[in-house]
Amino acid sequence: MFSKAILRLAVVLMAFAAMPASAAFNVFATVPEWAALAREIGGDKLNVFSATNALQDPHRIEAKPSLIARARSAQLVIATGAELEVGWLPVVLREAGNAAIQPGQPGYLEAASTVRLLEMPARLDRADGDVHPGGNPHIQTDPRNLLKVADALTARLSQLDPANAAAYKAGLARFSERWKAALVRWEQAAAPLRGVPVWVQHRSFPYLADWLGLKELGALEPKPGVEPSSAHLAGILERQKATPARLILRAAYARPTASEWLGERAHLPVVVLPFTVGGDAEAADLFALFDDTIRRLLAGLK
Amino acid sequence: MTFVRPGVLCAALAAAFPAAASAATDADLKQLREQLRELRQSYEQRIQALEQRLAETEKQASQAAVSAAEADTTASAAARSVVQVESRAAEAQAAADSVARRPTGESAFNPAVSLILDSKFTRFQRDPASYRIDGFMPSGGEVGPPRKGFSLGESELAFSANVDHLFRGNARFSLAEDDGQGTVEVEEVNVETLAMPAGLKLKAGRFLSGVGYLNQQHPHEWDFSDAPLAYKAFFGPRLQNDGLQLRWVAPTELFMEFGAEVASGERFPGAERKANGAGLWTAFAHVGGDIGESSAWRVGLSHVHSNPRERSFEDNGVNNAFSGRSQTWIADFVYKWAPNGNSSVTNFKLQGEYFQRRETGELTYDTEGVAASSAARFRPSGGYLQAVYQFMPQWRVGVRGDWLRSGTTDLGTLSAADLPILAGYDPRRQSAMVDWSPSEFSRLRLQVARDQSRNGEADNQVWLQYIMSLGAHGAHKF
Repeated sequence: MFSKAILRLAVVLMAFAAMPASAAFNVFATVPEWAALAREIGGDKLNVFSATNALQDPHRIEAKPSLIARARSAQLVIATGAELEVGWLPVVLREAGNAAIQPGQPGYLEAASTVRLLEMPARLDRADGDVHPGGNPHIQTDPRNLLKVADALTARLSQLDPANAAAYKAGLARFSERWKAALVRWEQAAAPLRGVPVWVQHRSFPYLADWLGLKELGALEPKPGVEPSSAHLAGILERQKATPARLILRAAYARPTASEWLGERAHLPVVVLPFTVGGDAEAADLFALFDDTIRRLLAGLK
Repeated sequence: MTFVRPGVLCAALAAAFPAAASAATDADLKQLREQLRELRQSYEQRIQALEQRLAETEKQASQAAVSAAEADTTASAAARSVVQVESRAAEAQAAADSVARRPTGESAFNPAVSLILDSKFTRFQRDPASYRIDGFMPSGGEVGPPRKGFSLGESELAFSANVDHLFRGNARFSLAEDDGQGTVEVEEVNVETLAMPAGLKLKAGRFLSGVGYLNQQHPHEWDFSDAPLAYKAFFGPRLQNDGLQLRWVAPTELFMEFGAEVASGERFPGAERKANGAGLWTAFAHVGGDIGESSAWRVGLSHVHSNPRERSFEDNGVNNAFSGRSQTWIADFVYKWAPNGNSSVTNFKLQGEYFQRRETGELTYDTEGVAASSAARFRPSGGYLQAVYQFMPQWRVGVRGDWLRSGTTDLGTLSAADLPILAGYDPRRQSAMVDWSPSEFSRLRLQVARDQSRNGEADNQVWLQYIMSLGAHGAHKF
C-alpha cells in the first residue's frame, strides 16, 4: 500500500515535470514593455509572462509566490536592470531554484545594459531619495531604445533557442522596419512638442524628454520616491510663476493627488501618460503605446 | 582650443538672426533652418573638444535654454540646436563616464553589507524580568519584552554575496548589549546553491527554518514590535537550525514548494546533544498564487520533529527536565491585497498561523535534588491572526490577536503543585500598532498591547520603536 502511494506521488511529480516541455519557450518579463517586445519578435514561438502590469509602481513589487512559480520554468528573464527591480527580482530568482536564469547566465538579460542611461547620479546617498546608481531605469519611454533592446533580445533568444533563430531574426526584421517607419511618423507628429517646458511627477520621463526635446523643469517629488509635501508643491507653484511650464506629466500608475493639486492652481493640463503597454485602454501594444503617448501630449498642448 | 559657453553661444545665435525674429515668414524660417543645419554641422566637428566643458556647464546651458525659449522663435531655434549639440556631447560624456565608473580593484567584490538599527522606548505595567508564559514549558530563548524605558535593541549586521558560480554565502549577526556586556549572536551563517538542477536548492549552515510563515522573517520585517506569542512559546521565539535544508519548487503555474531540513536540534524544542547525527527534522510545503491582479496568497503546512534529551527548564527556583518525543504541526496562511497589485498607496495584509504540539516522554522534577521522574504528556496549541492596512502612503495600522492553550497535560505521578508553570492556563494578548515609513529604509512604530501571558497579571504595554536599514537595498520575501 505504501509503495502504491509512492508510485502515485511519482506519477504526479512526473506529470508536473513534463508540463513545461510541452509549452513553448518561456520568457519571464519583469515589466509589460519587455513582454510586448518579446511578443513582437517571437510571436507564437514564445510563451511570454509579464510579472507586473502598467498600473503597478515598478519600484514597489513584492516577490509574490506566483512570480517565483513563473520564474521556476522560465528559460529567459528579461529585466530592465539599473536597480529598477532590486526590491523583488533577486528574491524571485533565488527562490525559484532555476539555475538558467541567474544573473550572469545567458537566460538573464538586462535591457538597461544595451542603452545609454541618463541621469547618472553624481553622488550616491539615500538622503537624495531612491537613487539608482546606474542611472535612470525608465528607458522604455524613448522608442529608439527599444530598437537596441530588440537587437539584444533577438540575439539572446537565438542563442537559447537556436531551432527558432530564423523566426526570431525575421520577427526582428519585421519589427524594426515597422518601428523605424513609426519613428518617423511619431517624430513628425511630435514636432510641436520641441522645447515645451514640463513638470513631471516622478523622474519617469527623461528618455521621452530627450527624444522629443521636452524641457523638464523639475519633478513634483522632492526626492525620487518621496511623496511631495504641500510646502514643496507651493514652492513649485512659485517657480511655475517665474518659469512657466505648459504641462504636468504623470505615469498611469502614479498617485494623482500632487499633480492634480498643482494643475488646478497653476491652470496647467495634467497629462497622464500610459508609461508602458497597458497603461490605458489605447496602449494595447508598443506601437499603440507611443501613438497614444504623443496623442495625449499634443492634446495637452491645446 | 577655443572655448564657447553654451549660454554665450545661444545668445550669439539669437543675436545673429534679428531679421528672422521680426519677419518670420515660412521662406525665412526654411532658410534659417538651413543655416542652422550648416552651423550645427560645423559645431559637430568641434564637439570632441567641447564635450568636457559642455558637461560641466550643462546646468547653465539648460537655464540659458529656458530663458531663450521665452525670448522668441529664433532664439528657441538656436537653443534647440544648442540642446542637440549638448545632448551629443552628453552622450559622449556618458560613454566616457561608464568606462570611468566601471569598478576596479579588489573592493569591487566586497559582499553587500546592510546594517539594521533598532531601538525602543517602552512602558510596561509589569517587570519584564519576571516575564513567563504560564501553562507552557519555558523555551529558554529570549522571549521577554525589552527593559522598561529606553533600550537599545538588536542591531543586525548582514553580509551576502555570490561566492562563485555555484554558491551564495549569507551571514547575519546581531549585536546587542546585555547587562553592560556587548554580545554578538550568530543569527545566520549559511551557504546556498545557485546551480542545482531541476528546481532544487540546498542550504547548509545556520539558517532560519522554512517552517511556518513568520519564522523566516527577520525582526525588522515584522509588522509588530515583538513576535507572536505562539512563536515565543513554541520556538522561543523562532526555529533556528544548524544543519541542511533542501527545497524544491514545482515547475507549475501554481506556486508549490516542498522542503525538508535536518538539524542539530540543540535549541528548543530540541535540547543540547552529545550524540552523533541529527536531532531535529522538519518538512514543509507551501502553495501560493494570485487571485486576479489585486490579490496574492500563500498557505503552508509544516512539521517539526525532535527527540530532546534532558531539556531543562526552571520553574519556581527548581530545575526540571523533559526527555522524549516532540512533534509540532504548523498551518499558516497569508493574504495580501492591493488595488491592481499597486501597493504604494493602499494595501492590506492578513496573516495567521496555528500551532499544535504533542510531547510524550519523561518529566523529571528537581534534577539536582529529589529527581522524581514520571511519564508525562503535553498537547499545547496556539496561534495568532493579524491584519495590517496601509491607508495612505507611508502610514499603516494593524491589529493582532494572540491566543495559546496549554491543553491537556498529564504529569503522571508528579505533583502539579510542584510545577506551577505547567498548570492549565490559556494566555492571551491583543496588540494594535500604527507605523510611519517615510521611505523604504526607515520605519517608526507605536504599539500598544494587553498581554496576559502571566496567569492573573495582565500587562498593559506601550512600545515606541524605530527601525532603520542602512546599506545594500535588501529584497524582502513575500
